[in-house]
Amino acid sequence: MSSADPPIIAGPNTDLAAPKSALWTSIYTLAVREVTRFLRQRSRLVGAIGQPLVFWILFGAGLAGSFAMPGADAENGLSFQEYFLPGIAVLIVLFTSIFSSISVIQDRNEGFMQGVLVAPVPRSSIVLGKVLGGTALALFQAMLFLLLAPLLQFVHLAPQMEFNYPVLVILKALFFLFWISLGLTALGYLFAWKIDSVQGYHGVMSIVLLPMWLLSGAFFPGSGSTWMTWVMRANPLTYGVAGLRKTLVADPQRLPEFPPEWLCYVVTIGFALVCLFVDVWMTRRDPVVAS
Amino acid sequence: MTAVSVQELEFRYGERVALNNVSFQIPSGEIFGVLGPNGGGKSTLFRVLSTLLPIQGGNAEVMGLDVKQRADAVRRAIGVTFQSPSLDLKLTVIENLKVQGHLYGLFGRTLRERCGVVMEQLGIVDRAGDLAERLSGGLKRRVEIAKCLLHSPQVLLMDEPSTGLDPGARYDLWQILFKLRKESNVTILITTHLMEEADLCDRLCILDEGNLIAEGPPDELRNLVGGDSLLIEGQNLPELSKDLEAELTLEVQQVGGSLRIEHQDGHQLLSQIATRYAGRFTRLTLGKPSLEDVFIKLTGRTLDAGETE
Repeated sequence: MSSADPPIIAGPNTDLAAPKSALWTSIYTLAVREVTRFLRQRSRLVGAIGQPLVFWILFGAGLAGSFAMPGADAENGLSFQEYFLPGIAVLIVLFTSIFSSISVIQDRNEGFMQGVLVAPVPRSSIVLGKVLGGTALALFQAMLFLLLAPLLQFVHLAPQMEFNYPVLVILKALFFLFWISLGLTALGYLFAWKIDSVQGYHGVMSIVLLPMWLLSGAFFPGSGSTWMTWVMRANPLTYGVAGLRKTLVADPQRLPEFPPEWLCYVVTIGFALVCLFVDVWMTRRDPVVAS
Repeated sequence: MTAVSVQELEFRYGERVALNNVSFQIPSGEIFGVLGPNGGGKSTLFRVLSTLLPIQGGNAEVMGLDVKQRADAVRRAIGVTFQSPSLDLKLTVIENLKVQGHLYGLFGRTLRERCGVVMEQLGIVDRAGDLAERLSGGLKRRVEIAKCLLHSPQVLLMDEPSTGLDPGARYDLWQILFKLRKESNVTILITTHLMEEADLCDRLCILDEGNLIAEGPPDELRNLVGGDSLLIEGQNLPELSKDLEAELTLEVQQVGGSLRIEHQDGHQLLSQIATRYAGRFTRLTLGKPSLEDVFIKLTGRTLDAGETE
């Protein structure tokens, strides 16, 4: 560098008062970063939406004949693929949330996180930026799937089903997907904050997150076994899946009564808020936040 | 004015003492080096000052702000660069700068202007659109520095900033630091385990096993070692050492694979040893004492020995 360069402007900065918008600006920028990173890694998109789509088609075709919705006659019953549709939407949400929680571990290991931790931002914005960014991605992909998948019936990869959703149904589905995404991403963050390697996170994924999805009524009703019924009722994700299913299937006669819709709202929103709260609490009190 | 003031700072990881009663002051506008072997406490000190580790005992102030009580105000006053760059490799240079600016409450036109200024200063304007992962180590370091200058900090904290840089890039880095000090009166605290770098600082302190064992300008520290420094390498050094001590009444230090002698009149001693003990050494060197010699004198070890990290 030659001495003709203009001066580097640093030094006396007397304005040490906290900018009021620090929380929202930092949440916004961290969330946008999540989305930008995602769009730069095409393989993540393929992984998060491709695999569930293949599952839906293959399981749908394979189990089509052997699936019977409990409490409904064959005439009126849901086809397996119709039953499975909201389950797959939630699986997409789960995969996306797993990817974004893994990025918590990468951020810590690659050093990006320490840069954020020395910035004058509230610790809660670190959680909210990460979780809201992941939620936006999950919501977008799951909604895309819900709108496009039923169209596969025209190429005979799915049985006949409703696909002409009224606006209200779409809004309600968005609402449920938002809270499910928020809950799962916040849950993933909770594990990722405590785990220091991506390999370790895979363990959590296979013994906690995937079973949680399996036992949420996403894949099968599970009403044949008493213990499983209770495990499923204790699983907060069950209520998100049920709420989404009730939204998508127009005729309530075709679905089991439990859980009632109000309970779906309460548990899904409550679970997301509790996870978020724990995330914020945990991030704030971590004494050695960057080592 | 005092930019950084540390008093009786203590830090432990469980039983292990990382900082033991460390005190020093840095006047503003100074480049202050923290020299020491890896595991000596440099990084812990750096982390405490950059608010990443809590203060366990003692006091630390940055620009008169108590690090313990007013962490957020301290964070606004400091710019921090880490040993491992904190860039998001999947973002471009300008995107990295924007994220950083947002975190410091800068946005809109102010942010654009600041980005322009720091990129120009660090000579990375033409790289604005490049993904960070495509940059060389030297360029990454420049972006890192640009990032930490965005919010016009008064104090820069840099943890081993020349890690992974080739000599050319390291030279550039120091030109940038000198320029910053000269033009903006920024105070710079830099940790290093490299003697060449420590020599470039205005003042430095030496941290070893958590203790501050020396502090002062490089020349003053060198004066701790009297006169010249003689280094002897060869076979069967313990015996040679004994002979030197007995026959020439010298004080001989055995460090690693060599003998070290401090002497007021190195030239004479050199020729004396060379003639008297010809054939008993493979190498005999005379030099002005280096900071390495200072470290050896104070600890009895070389700076590279006993690296724990």
